[in-house]
Amino acid sequence: MKFAVLRFPGSNCDQDAYFAALNVLRQPVEYVWHESTDLAGADCVIIPGGFSYGDYLRCGAVAALSPVMGAVRKFAASGGLVIGICNGFQILCESGLLPGVLLRNRGLRFICRHVHLRLENADTPFTRSGTVGKVLSIPIAHGEGNYFADESTLRELEDSGRVILRYCGPGGEIEDRYNPNGAARNIAGIVNREGNVAGMMPHPERACEPILGSEDGLVILNSILGGRA
Amino acid sequence: MPEAALRDPEITPEVWREMGLSDDEYRQVEGILGRPPTYTELGMFAVMWSEHCGYKYSRPVLRLFKRYREQLDSGALENAGVVDIGDGYGIAMKVESHNHPSAVEPFQGAATGVGGILRDIFTMGARPIASLNSLRFGELSDPHVRYLFEHVVAGIGFYGNCVGVPTIGGEVFFDPCYAGNPLVNAMALGLVRLDRIASACARGVGNSVLIVGSRTGRDGIHGATFASVELGPDSESKRPNVQMGDPFTEKLLIEATLEALETGAIVGIQDMGAAGITCSTCETAAKAGTGMEIDVALVPQREEGMTPYEIMLSESQERMLAIVQKGREEEVASIFRRWGLNAVVIGHVTDDGLVRVRQNGRVVAEVPAKALADECPTYQLDASEPDYVVRLRSRPVQSLRVDDHSSTLLKLLSRPCIASKRWVWEQYDHMVQTNTVVFPGSDAGVLRIRGVKTGIAVTTDCNSRIVYLDPYTGSRMAVYEAARNLVCSGAKPVAVTDCLNFGNPEKPEAFWQFKESVRGLADACEELSTPVVSGNVSFYNETPESAIYPTPVVGMLGVLDDVTNHVTSAFKREGDRIILLAAGWPEDPWPSLSGSELQVMLDGEPYGPLPGLDAARQKALFAAVLEMAAGRMLSSAHDVSEGGLAVCLAESCIAGGLGADVELRLPGPVVPSLYGEPAGVILVSTPPERASDVIRTAEAHGVMAVEMGGVGGPDIIVRGEGAELLRVAVAQASEAWESAIPAAMDTM
Repeated sequence: MKFAVLRFPGSNCDQDAYFAALNVLRQPVEYVWHESTDLAGADCVIIPGGFSYGDYLRCGAVAALSPVMGAVRKFAASGGLVIGICNGFQILCESGLLPGVLLRNRGLRFICRHVHLRLENADTPFTRSGTVGKVLSIPIAHGEGNYFADESTLRELEDSGRVILRYCGPGGEIEDRYNPNGAARNIAGIVNREGNVAGMMPHPERACEPILGSEDGLVILNSILGGRA
Repeated sequence: MPEAALRDPEITPEVWREMGLSDDEYRQVEGILGRPPTYTELGMFAVMWSEHCGYKYSRPVLRLFKRYREQLDSGALENAGVVDIGDGYGIAMKVESHNHPSAVEPFQGAATGVGGILRDIFTMGARPIASLNSLRFGELSDPHVRYLFEHVVAGIGFYGNCVGVPTIGGEVFFDPCYAGNPLVNAMALGLVRLDRIASACARGVGNSVLIVGSRTGRDGIHGATFASVELGPDSESKRPNVQMGDPFTEKLLIEATLEALETGAIVGIQDMGAAGITCSTCETAAKAGTGMEIDVALVPQREEGMTPYEIMLSESQERMLAIVQKGREEEVASIFRRWGLNAVVIGHVTDDGLVRVRQNGRVVAEVPAKALADECPTYQLDASEPDYVVRLRSRPVQSLRVDDHSSTLLKLLSRPCIASKRWVWEQYDHMVQTNTVVFPGSDAGVLRIRGVKTGIAVTTDCNSRIVYLDPYTGSRMAVYEAARNLVCSGAKPVAVTDCLNFGNPEKPEAFWQFKESVRGLADACEELSTPVVSGNVSFYNETPESAIYPTPVVGMLGVLDDVTNHVTSAFKREGDRIILLAAGWPEDPWPSLSGSELQVMLDGEPYGPLPGLDAARQKALFAAVLEMAAGRMLSSAHDVSEGGLAVCLAESCIAGGLGADVELRLPGPVVPSLYGEPAGVILVSTPPERASDVIRTAEAHGVMAVEMGGVGGPDIIVRGEGAELLRVAVAQASEAWESAIPAAMDTM
């Protein structure tokens, strides 16, 4: 499976995603520059974390208007797999490929830590190597990860099983005290209606080798490869 | 003959004094030039001859550092030191202060401190792989201190998180002496192929001089001069002297610079920090023995109508000076442009040794490069031992009275100096680049190096209370403490960078502290064969109310031959044995309460003589623990430091979420044994079947090993003298330790 990792000026998890695809998943991978409209024949596009264009406006707002995102829209419309991680999730929301927005964390501070996530739907291309209810330990690192959408959107997401990951306690408890950023309904990750575009605030690429303290991110990454756990 | 530029003020004694030059120094400038300087030239001399850039007071003392002395004499001094870690890789590292800017504008002051130190690293051709920072504030009960603390941490996070360099460690210390003058020291490390190190050297007459990165504005003019005076009531008015950071541009600059260096077309490169274009032009030319001619009108500017003086002295951030082979300018410039950055030829290298500055062709300054870069007058200042040192050293150390050890431990754990700094480091991205093996909160941060087995460990340390009591011994102890933290992580200490924060050197007492401290650092680094490869001096850390404690922050690098052998401070398994390893016991006058956290908590100030420090014994301890780590005998290792053995034990319990039951089998009274802060004690845990290996290894190195008890249960229990001395639930200890700083900060 071929991966494309988008590179915006200010992306800073691009090299981590590239490394994970190449050295952990052992798949071909190519960077795609923000001005390009050629996705290098990829089967899956990764929109990495970072601060695209500095994020001095609103997270992901400028990136959403870049040439490469035009190509990503077409790619997604034709069923291609797209995963946005952290800033990538913000970009997907700003691009309209996913519903909702990511507000500032409710504590108004940047947070970097390992969190527990409960897998909510194992029937997507991004979660199929896991099981519903499985608790994963994967880090977050963001200042604006407070997922927000209006009630009807949230209801629709829930009813159609499009919430894929929720912040939880070590035993899978969905409680407010385990919600690091104030996200609506503890939402950490969602997919689009068609199920081929995912956004998540946690960083699976930071949790896919034993030396880094967790391999739980592989549940996500291996799912993309086709469900081999 | 240079001419005055439009709108240049007339030069009067008030003008040069305001810029920080003495009358005598002004006469030296006239002597060098053989004529009165232009206003632009005067400004260039003033910044380059400030203490901040010219080290006019510190340089004679810094010669005590062997590596510095050799590099100074051979002209090989670079922006940061590079340490060979094997496999063809080097680590570039440096620590630098941004104290005064952070005192008046904490967010931007701290942010630009991070930006500046990162540029020192990638200007060497090294990719920045880690940041650390060493922070000192007043007490958190003071609302202004909380404001400074909140915004310094936010500023560091703002910059470091955006630029994508993990902040993997550091330290935070609180004491009233820092109330008006916080310390913000930023350290950075970069990874470079040893055959690809870039130099800050303007070689090759005719080569082009490019300015790359941000445009130049009026911010930060005379920042270096500001750093070279005490803070006072009017320091707030210096806010405009503080630069503004743009981490997005810095990120682009990192990528573009490293890519451009790959072309081989760049012969020399220098970042622009203090004294901006002035410093980078004269230093690169002086280093190569060449001259340089530039036209300031070609410099991309942020504002209209800037004078040559302003352009030459601006400290606008995120700029670099690159010297590029003639004919390959476009090849380099196109890379920067692709990253959305300016890259403009502003001049060329000459052979006359002069920095010649033009404005639209007209010469406005013409100064020998070496006079600016290397001929800053140096002074041998008077040093005299302050009265307080004699008074505090001779004050006998009372045996402090502790009635209830359990509550004392909880109180110590909630002292801000000891309490968890999670509130700080969770605001920093400490994992980006996915190389962080040991997160902040253990004894040292540990990184893997991709593609090789080797790992590195890094720490910053300085207990300024004991440096205050005895600058020589206290500074030596700071080096040994840093080394111990690395050893506890399984890494062999290899090199040091230091940030020397002191008061006004023109006061003999402060200068004595400085001299003694440098002597202590230099001796310790010799003893440990860990050369000081780079560093920074920050004087004038004083307000009208008080001077800071002398604070020589030691940043230290260690190497693990196999990164998978790293060790952390957390207890790992029920049933593991807990063993105390001591370097100098029982002959050394340990345990001592001098300068301890308990002493300050109960008696209000540090006092008493410091015990000696035996280099051979310390090194034996290090060798023993490294052998244990390499032999995978250890489940955990943690250095006894602030708060003593009681806190050390509690921290290992809290980090591991496991209790412990130990017997205080030490000679001497209970209080100093539990709370004394000896240099050279490490608490380890080991699987039961390896306990005898640990003890045998210790004894083979002549290190004392005392098996104290075991890991397990919900409580931290210390027994002694036939009774239970202390029992605290791990959950309660954890709550005290974790909640202290967030609770103080949420009262904002």
